[in-house]
Amino acid sequence: MIDKRVGSPREAVAGIGDGDTVMIGGFGEAGSPIELIHALIDHGAGGLTVVSNNSGSGEVGLAALIRAGQVEKIVCSFPRSANSMVFPDLYHAGRIELELVPQGTLAERIRAGGAGIPAFYTPTAAGTDLEAGKERREFDGRMCLLERGLVADWALIKARVADWQGNLVYNKTARNFSPVMAMAGRTTVVQASSVIEPGGLDPEAVITPGIFVDHVVHVPKPHHESELVARGARYP
Amino acid sequence: MSGAVTGLTKHQIARRAARDIPDGSYVNLGIGMPELIALFIPDDREIVLHIENGLLGMGPSPEPGEGDPELINAGKKQVTTRPGAAYFHQADSFAMIRGGHLDLSVLGALEVAANGDLANWSTGREGAIPAVGGAMDLVSGVKAVYVLTRHCTRQGTPKLVERCSYPLTGPGVVDRIYTDLAVIDVTANGFEVVDLPPGVGFDDVAARTAAPLRDARPA
Repeated sequence: MIDKRVGSPREAVAGIGDGDTVMIGGFGEAGSPIELIHALIDHGAGGLTVVSNNSGSGEVGLAALIRAGQVEKIVCSFPRSANSMVFPDLYHAGRIELELVPQGTLAERIRAGGAGIPAFYTPTAAGTDLEAGKERREFDGRMCLLERGLVADWALIKARVADWQGNLVYNKTARNFSPVMAMAGRTTVVQASSVIEPGGLDPEAVITPGIFVDHVVHVPKPHHESELVARGARYP
Repeated sequence: MSGAVTGLTKHQIARRAARDIPDGSYVNLGIGMPELIALFIPDDREIVLHIENGLLGMGPSPEPGEGDPELINAGKKQVTTRPGAAYFHQADSFAMIRGGHLDLSVLGALEVAANGDLANWSTGREGAIPAVGGAMDLVSGVKAVYVLTRHCTRQGTPKLVERCSYPLTGPGVVDRIYTDLAVIDVTANGFEVVDLPPGVGFDDVAARTAAPLRDARPA
């Protein structure tokens, strides 16, 4: 019998080790697995490389993980936020490394990694400063850059509904990076607002098939980052 | 520089650009002035708005209290969906962009050069946090790229230049520019004025453009 449920966020992230690479789903607050991130802060693993589109807002969720000093490097397309100084302060102090990747290249590097493709060529960023250090090759008259697929030790993502086998359905634009991160994480942990028996999801409507998911945690009423930030919350 | 000239407001620039988007287009609107285009799409046209974080068929802002923090646009503001909308993940979203499936990308600019180079992601300033988002993907793959921008910076420095001084978003990518002072095509011959708002003369625009400008308005 396949049952991927675990009892708590803390249990779900307990295996994350110092120096691990962790993909964290979300575009801004949409899809950010805030309860799993807070469990990772409690767990305390450090020296992490985080792959995520943004660098968090306020002093909760991803911004709080960075503020806690657990992140050595972030791979990211847009590490600026109107309401958080956590990343900029550490970046200026030279205490966190940034690998800046165009958003579509980031998504495709994660998809490729999860699909067993070690590298691919893309025209994005050819002829710009972000081509530095990358192999260039022309295809059909267009200059392209060689980009590496990305895999991670862990992927932490958020879904609206999960069944025990890890089949997932998301909420609106909260889907964003989660399906490709689920593929690219050697161990993928999902927090879901609703956890149901297998058979409860229409197979035609499943977005992420359970084979990509390892642990399912029920978080019935996840916090919204913007609401925590609006009331000045800090974690821990 | 010639005397004072009053050009269009940012809403008027967006309205002017909206007029040129054909019925049935799939369009991505960048953050800032380009977003305003959504307010001015003529009633008789169906234009499907794409947002790169995973939605085709973006609708207007929600009524107060009716939004969902997980239904947001690329500027991280809450939006709604229109009938026929679809959600998708990031790799699919950028397959639409990079794969040439979108008809039009409208972006803001720090500078546009006469050869179509666009600079809009970084001032290259020491100590600034570099952030690029999806801009480089958009200009590399979407069929046409329009820029909406003020003709000059607040300090009066022209943003239409011979060569960009800021780091490029993409080389040779811009097709057309809408500013407060003109509609300008980027051609093999450089900048060509194709339309001027009332009260603005060709010489007014040329005096505020740091590259050669041809008058290509229909006679």
